[in-house]
Amino acid sequence: MSRLAVPKTYKLYIGGAFPRSESGRTYEVLSADGAFLANAAKASRKDARDAVVAARAAVGGWAGATAYNRGQVLYRIAELLEGRRAQFVAEIEEAEGATRAAASAQVDEAIDRWVWYAGWADKFAQVAGNANPVAGPYFNISVPEPTGVVAIVAPQQSSLLGFVSVVAPALVAGNAVVVVASERFPLSAISLSEVLATSDVPKGVVNVLTGSPAEIAPWLASHADVNALDLVGAGDLDWIDLEIAAADTLKRVLRPEQGPDAAAPALGRISAFTETKTVWHTKSMK
Amino acid sequence: MNFLEYAPAPESTAILNLREQYGLFIDGEFVDGRGEPFQTISPATEARIASISNANGADVSDAVAAARRAYDRTWSRMSGRDRGKYLFRIARLVQERARELAVAESLDNGKPIKESRDVDVPLVAAWFFYYAGWADKLDHAGLGANPRALGVAAQVIPWNFPLLMLAWKIAPALAAGNTVVLKPAETTPLTALIFADILQQADLPPGVVNIVTGAGDTGAALVAHEGVDKVAFTGSTAVGRAIAKQIAGTEKKVTLELGGKAANIVFDDAPIDQAIEGIVNGIFFNQGHVCCAGSRLLVQESIHDEVVDRLKARLSTLRLGDPLDKNTDIGAINSREQLDRIRELSDIGVAEGAERWSAPCEIPENGFWYAPTIFTGVQTSSRIARDEIFGPVLSVLTFRTPAEAVAKANNTPYGLSAGIWTDKGSRILAVADQLRAGVIWANTFNRFDPASPFGGYKESGYGREGGRHGLAAYLAPATGVDRAAAAAPKAKSATKGSKR
Amino acid sequence: MTGTSLITARERALAVLGGEPDDATLRRYLHGIPGVDAVGLEQRAAGLGTRSIKTASKAWALDRIISLIDLTTLEGADTPGKVRSLAAKALNPDPADATTPRVAAVCVYGDMVPSAVDALGAAHGDPDDGLISVAAVATAFPSGRASLEIKLADTAEAVAAGADEIDMVIDRGAFLAGRYGLVFDQIAAVKEACRRADGTSASLKVILETGELVTYDNVRRASWLSILAGGDFIKTSTGKVPSAATLPVTLLMLEVVRDWHLATGQRIGVKPAGGIRTSKDAIKYLVTVAETVGEEWLVPHLFRFGASSLLNDVLLQRQKLATSHYSGPDYVTID
Repeated sequence: MSRLAVPKTYKLYIGGAFPRSESGRTYEVLSADGAFLANAAKASRKDARDAVVAARAAVGGWAGATAYNRGQVLYRIAELLEGRRAQFVAEIEEAEGATRAAASAQVDEAIDRWVWYAGWADKFAQVAGNANPVAGPYFNISVPEPTGVVAIVAPQQSSLLGFVSVVAPALVAGNAVVVVASERFPLSAISLSEVLATSDVPKGVVNVLTGSPAEIAPWLASHADVNALDLVGAGDLDWIDLEIAAADTLKRVLRPEQGPDAAAPALGRISAFTETKTVWHTKSMK
Repeated sequence: MNFLEYAPAPESTAILNLREQYGLFIDGEFVDGRGEPFQTISPATEARIASISNANGADVSDAVAAARRAYDRTWSRMSGRDRGKYLFRIARLVQERARELAVAESLDNGKPIKESRDVDVPLVAAWFFYYAGWADKLDHAGLGANPRALGVAAQVIPWNFPLLMLAWKIAPALAAGNTVVLKPAETTPLTALIFADILQQADLPPGVVNIVTGAGDTGAALVAHEGVDKVAFTGSTAVGRAIAKQIAGTEKKVTLELGGKAANIVFDDAPIDQAIEGIVNGIFFNQGHVCCAGSRLLVQESIHDEVVDRLKARLSTLRLGDPLDKNTDIGAINSREQLDRIRELSDIGVAEGAERWSAPCEIPENGFWYAPTIFTGVQTSSRIARDEIFGPVLSVLTFRTPAEAVAKANNTPYGLSAGIWTDKGSRILAVADQLRAGVIWANTFNRFDPASPFGGYKESGYGREGGRHGLAAYLAPATGVDRAAAAAPKAKSATKGSKR
Repeated sequence: MTGTSLITARERALAVLGGEPDDATLRRYLHGIPGVDAVGLEQRAAGLGTRSIKTASKAWALDRIISLIDLTTLEGADTPGKVRSLAAKALNPDPADATTPRVAAVCVYGDMVPSAVDALGAAHGDPDDGLISVAAVATAFPSGRASLEIKLADTAEAVAAGADEIDMVIDRGAFLAGRYGLVFDQIAAVKEACRRADGTSASLKVILETGELVTYDNVRRASWLSILAGGDFIKTSTGKVPSAATLPVTLLMLEVVRDWHLATGQRIGVKPAGGIRTSKDAIKYLVTVAETVGEEWLVPHLFRFGASSLLNDVLLQRQKLATSHYSGPDYVTID
């Protein structure tokens, strides 16, 4: 006797809550073989605006947390993801039409990247910063600090791994992010948001928008309260226009990457969204 | 007699051996530009100094082509050790010709000789010494083993520290293995052209450094040139924004050092006499023509009156006049255009209700001058508290608590620098943490060192100059090799995304 | 020259302190003064040291330096003959040039005061009037390690013998131990001992011995303390410890004097002593005075150089200005 399943409603993730799009719009998400999977929320520019407000509100606390704490929070995500491994494997199988083995590999890799980046949280400043031997009676030190609010167009060809590969490094240094998920594979991003919401990630640190990147990204690129723009997944958009829009407020921009190796784990992914701050202080025995 | 009216002590210009006209420096030779030549003048007297070639688009192309040839055939093949030796040679030659360079700088720029002699030129030599030593140690620049140079760097520099900005640009670029086309500012080309002579004395291979003089259109042509791999610009935020748009969608990497409106925060427990000196140095150094100038004084309300009184007394001892006089503290404004902007913004300050006070200085008849000026009663909404004036004008605002000081300091689209004055160490570190600025001076201000990274947050630009970070701005990780990736689980290759 | 009135000094101190000058009150007051950032202070001093004083300004400066010198001999081997020689040099620094000004004072040990007074004869008097003062070091100079009674007797004897100025040392040990009240009381008592029978008073220079106080915060506090207790001058050093007058220390003391003047209207003198040997160095001090407290301070009752070999270097420079060629040590006299 078969039981009737209870399908999930996929919504946006903004400021720690799961609202529908303020526009009321949804779009159909289909499986690899064209079957209906869900109606995902189709975020509007106002949803993007709300997400930036939530991220801005969250960035101070997240950046101000100790690096040890940020590392533990990121590791906690890996723990929770591991516990819901089966759910994500099934979701990826359906959405991408991947084999069980391929979907499992993707989830495993996603978990391991959280672990890898979690370990960087209290180390990258030691690697990217340094004491500077200036020619004078000064203590002088350079440290990397988070850039602030980072808007990300996630890799479009990946359900989970692409998303994790761009969000995790931005969080390591203490940025808050607004992520536009893969348009075609948005469901894992929302499921991951449920993991984030029940982990220790403070609300607003990660905000997830589903819908049309072509529609939402320009609003993020031109938003004056966004400090940086990761166009890693924007290769199929008019990304040059996005880069031009970002230049109005001198946003830091990462250009698109294509292919299976896009957003491979690297220290450069962390430091791309940091600002080097150099502090001088006089020193004297007298 | 009045002792404080020190007798004139002018630095002799006899050390200069100026030419009547200067060409462009391309492929190791001076050549005439194809644009209409322009005159460079002394802003202190408005007297003509020399005729300067104007590079048009074709000249810029020649320079880029020369840089490309030098990169392909010579510089990229040379060992780091030998590149370093050239840079060491340049550093020594700068030291040997330091006085000549200082005199030329003060003549052309209008800055006091004591600054060009004691700050600018010594730092120029220090910058080349510092980066010379990096040339054969690039594996330690933070980008993994065997990082590669970017290629041809287009570098456009401002008029406020003409030779020093040249050094900030050329030294790391060459150490990293790039070749260079540099465009000095239109009003201050002189020392760059003397520097070209130094490059000839150093026997630097032709084309490794090319210098094209001209105005904004020359710079725009250089930045836009498709043969350029790296753009480094120091100047206004407006131009920086235009460059960022221009290079969008290209493979060019960019470093931008733009404007600022730095807060200089003085707490009530500050070492007061040193704070006064720091405020003065912060905003009146180089006539306030400093992107990181402490142009917004945030003073704790309880000591506002005392600080302002002491400042006025101190400013009254500043000596404005002949930049070549060794006792001059405040030199000439670099150009009539800049003087007009300072006047305009100051008038706006008055119109907005702030109270203007200027030091009692005798203003010379010729040339461009502006007396050191402070505005009190400035509100955070005032234009003079938000716009970069780039002149000897200080806006004084107050705060009550550390949190308010930080909030006001950060309340700007800029984020280049900031100052903190207090005797309390824990407060210095906490406030420094909270300030959104790339360089923070605690109980000092306007200190520069080649080992110390410099650059801004937000609309003050991106990338760093100075230190290891400044070197990395001219390098890319070796393709296919990335230590971080190698250490990562199942890493397959290097990240391809490059931060501009 | 004449010191300030005792009564007003004490009353002023009470008013400024808001209480009796005991350890606790003085500590509260002195530790409430803003701190000194050593790096900034030294940079400011170095900046002042780069002033380029040429031609007419230099000529004026050289003459002014001479007229501000306390020509000093403070040796165990001092004799009446040595003091007579010093006085002769003070009166007529350059025998070949009668336009050379006289120095401000001769500075000797207390027992040599009679010899100095005798040697100066009619020229003995107030340097502001073109005459030459006799300054005596007192209070168990240079260490200050003696009982108060001995210090007071030392002072009174020198004043009685005709000393116009007393250069006392503070008890650095007491200062460093935080016994500010004791230091205050000693200065005040010595000030009292400077009083003459006719009610006038010798001028009191208070030597801080900055080389033993070491930190700039200490120097600043000791300067305030000395002024509060009634000192007419604050003086850097005895010249008997390795670190004597420096430009940053003198700048710092001038800043205290400037702030005291702003607060009370009273002008206090400053005397760097020890280690200033060249005209070039001395000119840096003139610049520092002029740009910190104003050039009206460049008068004998507000600024002095405690020096011995400085005078001859100034004379050599003076000869160079006059003749346009370099002079040599055989063309100035040894004292």
